[in-house]
Amino acid sequence: MRHASYSNQLTFFQKLRSIDYLLLFCIILIGIASWFAMYSTDGGEILYHTRSHVIRFSIFFVMMIILSFVNIKIWYSSAYFFYFITLLLLFWASLYGITASGSKRWINLYFLNLQPSELMKIAIIVCFAKYYNRMQVVSANKLKNLLFPLLILILPIFLVVSQPDLGTSILIALSGLIVLWLAGINIKYFIYSTLVFIISAPFIISFLKPYQKLRILTFFNPDKDPLGAGYQIIQSKIAVGSGGLYGKGFLKGTQGYLEFLPEKHTDFIFTLFSEEFGFIGSVVILLIYAVIIIRILRIGSLSRSYFGRLFCYGFASAIFIYIFVNMSMVLGLLPIVGSPLPIMSYGGSSMLATMIGFAIVMSTKIYHNQFIT
Amino acid sequence: MISDSGESGFKKLNTINRRMFILSAAKAVVFFGIVGRLFSLQINENKKYLTLSDKNRLRESRLPPVRGEFIDFFGETIAGNLRVYQLHVVPEQVENFKYLMVRLKDILNFDNKKLSKLIKKKNKQKPWETLVISENLTWDEFSKINFYLHELSGAKPVISVGRSYPYSESYTHILGYVSQVSTEDLINNEVIKDRNVPGLRVGKSGLEKKFENELIGTNSIQRYEVNAYGKRINQIDHVEGKKGKNIKLTIDTEVQNLTRELLQNKAGSISVMDIYTGEIIAMNSAPSFDPNLFLYGIDEKKWKQIKKDPLKPLINKTLSGLYSPGSTIKPLVALSALENDVINPNMIVKCEGKIEMYGHTYHCWKKKGHGHMKLSNAIKQSCDTYFYEVARLLGVDRLNLTAKKFGLGEKVLGNYYSNEKAGIVPSTKWKKENIGQNWYLGETFITGIGQGYIQTNPLQLCLMTAQLANGGFKIFPKIVFDKNQETVEQIKYKMLKSAEAKKEDESNFAKVKDELLKSKIKQYSPLYNNSENVKFVLDAMFRSTNEIYGTSYASRIDNPKYQFAGKTGTSQVKKITEKERELDLAIEKIPYKQRDHAWFIAFGPYKDPRYAVTVLVEHGGSGGKTAAPIAKKLIKYVIDRHDLREEYRKINLKS
Repeated sequence: MRHASYSNQLTFFQKLRSIDYLLLFCIILIGIASWFAMYSTDGGEILYHTRSHVIRFSIFFVMMIILSFVNIKIWYSSAYFFYFITLLLLFWASLYGITASGSKRWINLYFLNLQPSELMKIAIIVCFAKYYNRMQVVSANKLKNLLFPLLILILPIFLVVSQPDLGTSILIALSGLIVLWLAGINIKYFIYSTLVFIISAPFIISFLKPYQKLRILTFFNPDKDPLGAGYQIIQSKIAVGSGGLYGKGFLKGTQGYLEFLPEKHTDFIFTLFSEEFGFIGSVVILLIYAVIIIRILRIGSLSRSYFGRLFCYGFASAIFIYIFVNMSMVLGLLPIVGSPLPIMSYGGSSMLATMIGFAIVMSTKIYHNQFIT
Repeated sequence: MISDSGESGFKKLNTINRRMFILSAAKAVVFFGIVGRLFSLQINENKKYLTLSDKNRLRESRLPPVRGEFIDFFGETIAGNLRVYQLHVVPEQVENFKYLMVRLKDILNFDNKKLSKLIKKKNKQKPWETLVISENLTWDEFSKINFYLHELSGAKPVISVGRSYPYSESYTHILGYVSQVSTEDLINNEVIKDRNVPGLRVGKSGLEKKFENELIGTNSIQRYEVNAYGKRINQIDHVEGKKGKNIKLTIDTEVQNLTRELLQNKAGSISVMDIYTGEIIAMNSAPSFDPNLFLYGIDEKKWKQIKKDPLKPLINKTLSGLYSPGSTIKPLVALSALENDVINPNMIVKCEGKIEMYGHTYHCWKKKGHGHMKLSNAIKQSCDTYFYEVARLLGVDRLNLTAKKFGLGEKVLGNYYSNEKAGIVPSTKWKKENIGQNWYLGETFITGIGQGYIQTNPLQLCLMTAQLANGGFKIFPKIVFDKNQETVEQIKYKMLKSAEAKKEDESNFAKVKDELLKSKIKQYSPLYNNSENVKFVLDAMFRSTNEIYGTSYASRIDNPKYQFAGKTGTSQVKKITEKERELDLAIEKIPYKQRDHAWFIAFGPYKDPRYAVTVLVEHGGSGGKTAAPIAKKLIKYVIDRHDLREEYRKINLKS
């Protein structure tokens, strides 16, 4: 195994050279865009949100680079442990978490209010990547081998739904399911489970909180109650639409500045950006995200380990889903569910989870010749 | 593992790569879907959303327009705009509302009632809306507020605009008054609806109402940005509104004020008119009320007091008051009889104090009788018996034509005042149509002395007098100054020309008569058939005032500069019974409501007449005793101001 021994003997400079600088550059670009957006939400001043967003981005970005040098084997061997810890944190949050706006989803870590459900988005991918690393497609489709992944998926979803946090749980479920599909799970299982889901949908809806039901209803008819639940969708569409081709200009977005936009720091950060920088700015952001996703797919396809490849594919798809869900939501294509835009949105946990994901991708790149058996 | 696992390893790799490829294709589709959505929102529907965004953030605030002013002939402001000192509070900007209110209560001396009213008002409105604490502070209060301002955080002393009538009661019946906009105003006037803002005041009566659309002006507009909670963030622009048009009247404030003094403690009316231009120099109705009371809404008690006053201050007696003209109609009756050739001025009638005709007794005002009378003397001494005979010979229908020609039974200022009443000039046809009975001859007799069905408003009699005094030519009275007003010389020349034209047309008599019958008589065209007849009547009026035994002899002025001619009138308000006639009570002993109305019509100076005057004192008793002395003072003052008026006329026409 010449390759294996070769890769184990990488010098630091070799590692440094193998870092994916294009990916790094794109992440920095999105980061800088998010600083501008955050500065604008603070009304053109460096206030709390801007300051803490810049500090978090910087810290987590450096952390990501450091973690990139961690051998992919170590990520592989600690995958279940990572998942297990995150699950424990989720339990902890649902027992002793901080309650804010009717939902118990944070753990107070003094320097950061950690939201374990965000970490779970990554953990579930890592966990599945390890599980399927050695498994053949045929055995993966055996029923007994399906039970474990199903349990791994359902446990966190159950915990997150009960917080209650519908948005994050849907994102966890979607990214998990995509990894399962990529791993070669027969399409018929997905069809069966979709049927089961549709049949049990009324039952599930009865478990939803009233505000969640209202959100789904208002999505279908936002004008019905323009000052109530439909307000966010309408104002967000107005902000984006009024941006036009070139946007209203940096710090000149009236919808954001005059506080018509709800949650402009977090879920609706793209709306604010789009109002100020217009169609061109928005498409540029989308293209940078596209480059990031394509780059991650490329790194995955070059990896010699199935673990690295499945993680990269899974992570790229998950990021795509986050972006898709967030944008569709602010553009009025999907109901409002809480889902941040990776890196752009204010929020430490989401930033931390995304950076960890990037670190694993980087590690896959650096150790792309590493076999994992 | 991948390299050495053989077929199954390849299969696994194949699967993931194939599925990733499918997934990527799906992602590309979704990517373009999102770009498409952005395109449709930001490019296709940009305009729609831009409008919505502006609608979100921009608010307009319209300020009350500045109302045009009324000025008199001499440029004096008679309805102007006043600086009003107000106190506003924006509750949102007040730290401690209760404390502020208590402080203000001390400084401005409110009572608790006003305080609770203000608190109620505050609770009704949004916290960022202005609360008007006081609409009209005195200067003292205003400076006191400014003095304590440092303790009154949130209080805003504001200088605003209000309507002011500096001559208070003098002009009420001419100008009317303004007050807060009512629902009716909004329904009836589109312009008010368009300009309406809180605090706007509009004309409620008189010229203020008539010229509303010209006076009102346009709103100043303030555009400002608000945030999602409706709070004002900053002002974007300010468009200054246009002040309403100023309106110049023909009235002389000094004369107008004199009329007010002359009618003090009386109910009645005075009008003064230029007999050539038709300009109304003064027009008053007493009692009046202060229009300034309505500016901030009149209080209930005062309103009731005005409404219930038996002397009826709310009615403009000059235009809406209808009265029997009494003996003031006699010059017209005489003229009509002469014009129709039914009598000869030398016709003699013996007055014995009363006359029996067709089984009824008709009395002369002089119980003992006037003896043998000719026409001129009959006017001079106002002999009723003589005029019963004139009326009998003339007939009511011929009198009706002459009276109508001279403006009776027709609105004088109907274009300006919707409340003017036309009055009645009876005829046989009129009675048939309106009462449904045949005309009785007896009714003709009393019509001849201005009693019975005939009813006029004081301004009509003033117009009649003016049209007699100018030699018998048609004029159109006006109260708003006309920039294109002809000079008196031009008017006199035109009158002369039309008189000559008439003479030439004499052969074509029928045609002229036809023209006269039409109600639309041209300005300055003659109203007579023979100008000698008019002269005869004017001469008789002169004798009535300036010769002994004349009914207004006591009020004469010998100085030729002021010498005037006039005719008294004493009109009965009820039928006098035989018993009452026997008693012949002094006026003080008759109940007020049953006393006669006192009339006087006059023109002067006699040598070259220029002004006509009508005085009415309701229930004033005899015209000679009550009305004529008032007219004497008035005419003197009007003539005194003549030169000044002519000087200003030149200035007015130039500017």
